[in-house]
Amino acid sequence: MMDLLQSEIFANLAYIIASMLFIFGLKQLGSPETAQRGNLISSSGMLLAVLVTLISNQIISYEWLAIGLVLGTLVGASAASFVKMTSMPELVALFNGFGGIASLLVGSAEYLGTGSLGLISLTAIFLTLIIGGITFSGSLVAYGKLSEILPGRQIIFKGQRIVLVAIFIAALLFGAQLIFNFQMVEGWNPLFSFLLLISFALVIGLLITLPIGGADMPVIIALLNSYSGLAASAAGFVINNNVLIVAGALVGASGLILTNIMCKAMNRSLANVVFGSIASSSSGAVNPEEVGEIKPINVSDAYLILEAANSVLVVPGYGMAVSQAQHAVRELGELLEENGCEVNYAIHPVAGRMPGHMNVLLAEANVSYDQLQEPEDVNPVMDTVDVCIVIGANDVVNPDAKENEGSPIYGMPIIEADRSKTVFILKRSMASGFAGIDNPLFGKENSRMLFGDAKESISGLVAEFKS
Amino acid sequence: MDNLFVLLIFVLVLAIFLGFELINKVPSTLHTPLMSGANAISGITIVGALISSGSDGGLWTTVLGTAAVFFATINVVGGYLVTNRMLGMFKKK
Repeated sequence: MMDLLQSEIFANLAYIIASMLFIFGLKQLGSPETAQRGNLISSSGMLLAVLVTLISNQIISYEWLAIGLVLGTLVGASAASFVKMTSMPELVALFNGFGGIASLLVGSAEYLGTGSLGLISLTAIFLTLIIGGITFSGSLVAYGKLSEILPGRQIIFKGQRIVLVAIFIAALLFGAQLIFNFQMVEGWNPLFSFLLLISFALVIGLLITLPIGGADMPVIIALLNSYSGLAASAAGFVINNNVLIVAGALVGASGLILTNIMCKAMNRSLANVVFGSIASSSSGAVNPEEVGEIKPINVSDAYLILEAANSVLVVPGYGMAVSQAQHAVRELGELLEENGCEVNYAIHPVAGRMPGHMNVLLAEANVSYDQLQEPEDVNPVMDTVDVCIVIGANDVVNPDAKENEGSPIYGMPIIEADRSKTVFILKRSMASGFAGIDNPLFGKENSRMLFGDAKESISGLVAEFKS
Repeated sequence: MDNLFVLLIFVLVLAIFLGFELINKVPSTLHTPLMSGANAISGITIVGALISSGSDGGLWTTVLGTAAVFFATINVVGGYLVTNRMLGMFKKK
């Protein structure tokens, strides 16, 4: 019996079942009703793959791997249990990076192992090292930016692109040396190529992510997610294992689709996000005179308008995450509904710092997911909305995207908040370098600025409703 | 070029197409859980890590393999747990 369980054919069949569980799991992740079950199915596939590998006769000693498994489980489980929902983007970035480094290490372990390697294995190792390395360092930078260890702005130096291209070419050259082992210079050891290749991959990851500004983060997170899958797929070719190839390819494809959705939502190409020099969220094309008068409003006046409203649309942005206003927002929503008002939430695909960021925060605050709507759902009925409450969002409601051909964000699909009857814009202040003045929405006839911390403003409205 | 390689390429291509089909219709509400759930799946590299760590491939293979097991396990365990935690919050009233 044990012989059968340890046989290669049994292992491979089990890997096929694991692949099927991943596919079913991903399929069910596509709908809110089934998503949690889908995640369980996918994790059971992972458990199966791990167990089958553990009993296979390829493994002869368990001491070392047990240490890795126990420590990894402790770290992973505690990170997952204690992370705050607002910190989700950086945690996802970090996990992504760990997947990348794991694939890189698998490739390295195989390269330095005792077995002889053919051209195909060496090519696969080359790909694993380069994709895994880029994923790892890129994700660490993304993590640093999102957790504000690194400055969130773009970090660019002169000639960055040229350096990037040069390093990429050098990586290809040393990769070729690693694969074909041709004589580069007298006494060159392919091990040098191996080490240089890893260093170059890490540097490329840095150079790609450092220039990304905060507002472009969703794109780069989705892209790195895709890379972590591709790295696993490449590792699959190193050890000739179909489950790595299938699972990695599924993740690679899903990450690419998300990347594409994010790019479309910003009306930019991927190349433009990665290499573009667009200053993040500054659309300097509008000068202040063109923006109308800024009309502030206080909490009690805002309350009176809300109290009379029949339909309210909330448009959250990164500012809601920063001020942790999601619970107060939900409370206000419930009070409005008790008052006979229809409340919906319009969420732009790139609002926040990762795809779906706002949805997670509002779900955490117990907002029903059928109230979370996409721009194409809310824009056609925008004229019927009495009050649109914009919380810490800027670019995604900027009318310049439709009206001003000179604007850098021209053509980007937006939530057309300016078409609602009244727009409340919650902002910390106008004074902060007038950074916000380039959004003509703020000066529109129907716009009112509610200055202050978003959470305090919303809590103030909640208090008015309760009094 | 051996047959196994061609077969694996075939598997790769089909899986990519399947991935595109599977993910294409996911509503944006679920983009974050989808990403972190997919991220957990990319931890499948743990299979390769376990083999490197537990096989008799020399000191370097064992050390690097064990490090790979550590990172891949964080990716897998953390990824699935956090996805589960997030999805638990998505409720309809």
